Amino acid sequence: MKVKALNGQQAAVEALRQIDPEVIPAYPITPTTGIPEGYSKLISENKVSGTLINVESEHSALSACVGASSTGVRTATATASQGLMYMSEVIPVVSGLRLPILMYVGNRAISAPINIHCDHSDSMSVRDQGWIQIYCEKAQEVYDLSFIGLKLAEQVKLPVMICMDGFITTHTLEPVKIESDVKIEKFVGEFRPKNTLIDFKKPKVFGTFTMPDEYIDYKENEEIAMKNALQLYDNINMQYNRLFDNKFYPKVSHYKTRYADYVIVAMSSVCGLIKDVVDELRGEGFKAGLLKVRLYRPFPYKDVEDALKNAKGVVVLDRSASFGSKPPLFSDVKNCFIGSIQSYVFGLGGRDITKEDIKEVFKKMERKDYDHTVRYIR
Amino acid sequence: MKLNPGYKTCIGCAEPIIVSQVLDSIENPIIVSLATGCLEVASTKPSDKIWPVPVIHSTFGNSAATISGVESAIKVLQKKGQLKKDVKLLVIAGDGGTLDIGLQALSGALERNHDFVFLCMDNGAYMNTGGQRSSASPYKVKTSTTPSGKITFRKDIIEIVKAHNIPYIAQASLADLDDLKRKAKKAFESKGPAFINVMSPCIRFWKFDMIHLRKVSDLSLNTCFWPLYEIENGIYNITRKPDKKIPIKDFLEIQKRFSDLTSEDILEIQKYVDKKWDYLVSMSDNN
Repeated sequence: MKVKALNGQQAAVEALRQIDPEVIPAYPITPTTGIPEGYSKLISENKVSGTLINVESEHSALSACVGASSTGVRTATATASQGLMYMSEVIPVVSGLRLPILMYVGNRAISAPINIHCDHSDSMSVRDQGWIQIYCEKAQEVYDLSFIGLKLAEQVKLPVMICMDGFITTHTLEPVKIESDVKIEKFVGEFRPKNTLIDFKKPKVFGTFTMPDEYIDYKENEEIAMKNALQLYDNINMQYNRLFDNKFYPKVSHYKTRYADYVIVAMSSVCGLIKDVVDELRGEGFKAGLLKVRLYRPFPYKDVEDALKNAKGVVVLDRSASFGSKPPLFSDVKNCFIGSIQSYVFGLGGRDITKEDIKEVFKKMERKDYDHTVRYIR
Repeated sequence: MKLNPGYKTCIGCAEPIIVSQVLDSIENPIIVSLATGCLEVASTKPSDKIWPVPVIHSTFGNSAATISGVESAIKVLQKKGQLKKDVKLLVIAGDGGTLDIGLQALSGALERNHDFVFLCMDNGAYMNTGGQRSSASPYKVKTSTTPSGKITFRKDIIEIVKAHNIPYIAQASLADLDDLKRKAKKAFESKGPAFINVMSPCIRFWKFDMIHLRKVSDLSLNTCFWPLYEIENGIYNITRKPDKKIPIKDFLEIQKRFSDLTSEDILEIQKYVDKKWDYLVSMSDNN
């Protein structure tokens, strides 16, 4: 193990170097351009055996991923924002074909108005399309969860999105503990799918035409695969932990949650700030806690339910909206908690959130200030 | 190799004939990337075993991008020694999946110089969804979205493809199946991208009698509506000239999709066909 100063994109490139996928089709988009750039540098230095396809659009990037993965090789890509939107036609094709493609998403606002800064509107818009979604707080998680995510994806035959906050996690240099190539190779193992396009003895059709008598069965199988992913996640995380001490990434992470009266549920980089606030409030005798959701799809209902069962009040901080309804994370958490719960939307298009904002959210819980609206932190 | 029986295309559909000719043109293993379209829906039900080769269908517009991924994967596997076979790659799309929604992916794949063959089966409209116009629909044709006749001429896909400087481009039709097969073989054997544009008469929406399938194809050749030619490394070659060039009227009047044309319309179409044909002759004579 060695420590390197890397941002989230560089951590992804380092993980890709060690995974060494055969094919990476990619189209550059802010704030994840560093991933195809970094990978093309590795290729030019002969440090990887795979190939990069510099496609002409994100739609083609994910389409080429479908072709490569169906051929039976490891396939990865990276995108963000409009890129993910442009891919969205192909997103359910990937999961429907049960292709374990690894995709990094640098979470960024979506147009209009155009904005290159962080929020989760992009990946949230495809949250129900059969992709495993993992939200990372920092570059270290991006690195480690690449391997855990890939292994999970390949075991349940579903694609995985590794999400990191645009311009926050993607661009902030952090110390990242990098494991040895040999140990990572051992953990990741070989990719040997049963069905491939290069099986000429028993030629198959990938992407069949189905009528009402068959379609729903395919979709139910995706649901079952998601259920399996939820169970398998813990095993894979344990395996990773056995190989690499001190690295443990449960589906949800508690931060002083167990004996907290008031808990904020959140994802990604804002969790760092919330932890600071929790510490400060605890110093004042205020029983604050944080529940960080790491695995968002499949959603770990039971883990969330257990974590929140003693809370007097819960706030869910969403970094995306669901216009005309309740925001995505809130809607999922609401299914796990009966009691006082409030939805807040924050940080759209990179709007800063401060410690004071978060303190105020905690204090409002104490004042029993809840309603059924979606409140915006501005 | 040919398509196995059991496909559910309309009776008299040209597409299975074209595809079987192309598949049968070489001995190598082939992987097919299908765009959404008539043939795709008529041949890829899980229980049907129509395809003698592996097939992938993803979406309507991305078949060339899909094959980019397949080709790249195959090259890496070959480099690693994990695949020894000389695999040929074939995209099959209709005119919509080629000239319209598929044009960007096609252009990208051509520019990146992937080694594959793109087969466009052009029936001049969106037949799979009921015959709406495409950019391949000819001037004045009646489609379900141009009920009083299309007011623009066809997009010239061959010239668009040619602008990518690819090694082999061909146009073929049912008028000469041996010519089609020979061109398919050449396309597969050329290094880099190749493009074949085949006219695929549609009995249902071109509205002609089924017994005239061959006649419509012959007329398309002899009126020079659909000339048979190839462009090899930029050099044009007319592979079969009409025995005697006949008026376009003969091709138009056999199809009800061109009903109610005025004599001015026919004159306009004749001028357009002549201009295209003269250009082709001049390009191939210059060699």
